[in-house]
Amino acid sequence: MNGIVLIVRRSLRQHALSTLVTILSVALATGLVMSVFCVRDQAHDAFTGGAIGFDAVLGARGSSLQLVLNTVFHLETSPGNISWAMYQAVKKDARVKLAVPYAVGDNLRGFRIVGTTAEIFTEFEYQEGKKLTPESGRIFVESKPAEELKREGVLGSYVAQKLGLKVGDSFKPFHGLYFDEKNQHEEVFTIVGILAPTNTPNDRVIWIPIDCMYRMKGHVFRERKDAPKEGTNPISGQKVIEHEPVAGEDIPEEFKEVSAVMIKFKNPDTAGMSMSQHINIQGKEATLAWPIARTMDDLFNKIGWIDKILELISYLVVMVSAGSILASIYNTMNERRREFAILRALGARRGTVFGAIVAEAAAIAGLGSLAGYLVHGTILTGAAYVIRKNTGVVLDVFQFHPVLWLAPLGMTLIGALSGIAPALKAYGTDVASNLTPVS
Amino acid sequence: MLLEIEGLQKSYVSPDGEKNTVVNIPRFELQEGQQTALEGQSGSGKTTFLNLIAGILQADAGRIVLAGREVTSLSESARDRLRAETIGYVFQTFNLLQGYTALENVALGMMFGAGADYARAQKLLERVGLGDRLNYRPRQLSVGQQQRVAVARALANKPKLVLADEPTGNLDHRNAKEALKIIREACTENGAALLLVSHDREVLAGFDNVQDLGKINAK
Repeated sequence: MNGIVLIVRRSLRQHALSTLVTILSVALATGLVMSVFCVRDQAHDAFTGGAIGFDAVLGARGSSLQLVLNTVFHLETSPGNISWAMYQAVKKDARVKLAVPYAVGDNLRGFRIVGTTAEIFTEFEYQEGKKLTPESGRIFVESKPAEELKREGVLGSYVAQKLGLKVGDSFKPFHGLYFDEKNQHEEVFTIVGILAPTNTPNDRVIWIPIDCMYRMKGHVFRERKDAPKEGTNPISGQKVIEHEPVAGEDIPEEFKEVSAVMIKFKNPDTAGMSMSQHINIQGKEATLAWPIARTMDDLFNKIGWIDKILELISYLVVMVSAGSILASIYNTMNERRREFAILRALGARRGTVFGAIVAEAAAIAGLGSLAGYLVHGTILTGAAYVIRKNTGVVLDVFQFHPVLWLAPLGMTLIGALSGIAPALKAYGTDVASNLTPVS
Repeated sequence: MLLEIEGLQKSYVSPDGEKNTVVNIPRFELQEGQQTALEGQSGSGKTTFLNLIAGILQADAGRIVLAGREVTSLSESARDRLRAETIGYVFQTFNLLQGYTALENVALGMMFGAGADYARAQKLLERVGLGDRLNYRPRQLSVGQQQRVAVARALANKPKLVLADEPTGNLDHRNAKEALKIIREACTENGAALLLVSHDREVLAGFDNVQDLGKINAK
């Protein structure tokens, strides 16, 4: 065994350049395989079962996926609005534990501004036992209509970090979901709180009281002619009459709209099913995205072919690197025939020489696999940065995944197998003819 | 008796299909600790003879008994094992492994037998005057020093028999004399028999027992 270790060590050193290049190719292959699986599974988990916190989203009639992306992940545009009355109806529904209204349509340098109620801080748990809590400052105060309107904002940690804002600073929102500096509102908001990081899309949001959203200049309400009574259909057959809120006066409920209502059920399975039946099948005016995880799962199923292609590419890179191990060792066989003959003359058996070559191939693959962790770390860090920047979802670079031991082990085995062909050549080396000229 | 050979034959088929008998030795014997020189000219079959004794080549006919074991009836792996444990081999071209240090080259001489003993390898190198060259690689040593490493390696596994094939053939006069002295002394100190083949009369003159391979090889 010591002999094999020494032979392998010396050979790796003697062929340092080709060994290094081969190790790098193996590292790339192993790192790629590990990254593809880790990014895919972590992204899938984060988008389908991660820290979402709500069971369902109620929004305008349209795509469930668009609704979820817009409200949970703060991506995409809003499919439209639903009436305040519908929000109130859902809020009072006995099956509903928590209903939080979202009003969207403004941004701060590209980061979403969401108008909502203080329940998002006091009641909502994005994970069991975890609330959106200020790391500095406090949550916003919702002014009563008779009071002077307090324009306050609470920033997600990522927004504060990226925009360099702190408690006490002020900002003016920009109209629309996408940043255009020409569309700045006049209203000045004071930052009263910065939230602790949650590693969820909520870190990318600026939260303001929903009344402040309504009362920004340029936000026009449209009355619906058949303005609903509670529990009736709120959106059909409208005749639009524009209306602007008046300072100090309550906004009549028939004018109010919300982009979505985020819902937490008392019993998600039964309540979700029955409400989905009621709204999605029997109703025609709204969409209930329930369960949120299944909606996102559908998305992943639709784009699953991308994963397959990435997997295939990584497997191809594995095969190429296995081939490079074979080629790098095989190419040294002619120059090493004398070495094998000398080893045999010293008493090494054919099996020892065979084992040394297989061990050498496995060692190259093993070292490459170790270096693969660096490649994996680099790719995952880059992917995590891009995903966080664009979605707020945070991938854990150090999260364990079975592929983190399966891929290096598999690569080492494949490497060992690729050493068999050159090992057979070494096995067949004739001792006498490769030692010295026969006299 | 350490080595006993009877009716040993080895032939090769030439490219034109003709069978050439290289070795045909009716009888040969070597006592334990005995130092014997075989005189043989180029093409006399001396390397083939030594390779047959070492079990590197398989005889066509005949019998070789080494240290009580019949080499000619052993499997290849058993011959490898016997060689690793019983025989030391010194080659004309040294056959040192270039990527290995002097110490590792000597240690390799033990690895396939009882196992590497680096302390013994170091002592052997000190014995042949290379105590300050342990970590030198062969190309960093002179040819005389390389042959001394080869001698140390041949003795590494405490062999009962050292086979030396033209050990001074690549050395100048001074180095040849020095190398031969070291081989013979080291074999004596280690209780190993020596079977040396050479065509150099000066080398042969130092041996009490010299046999002419051309005469004992009835090809």
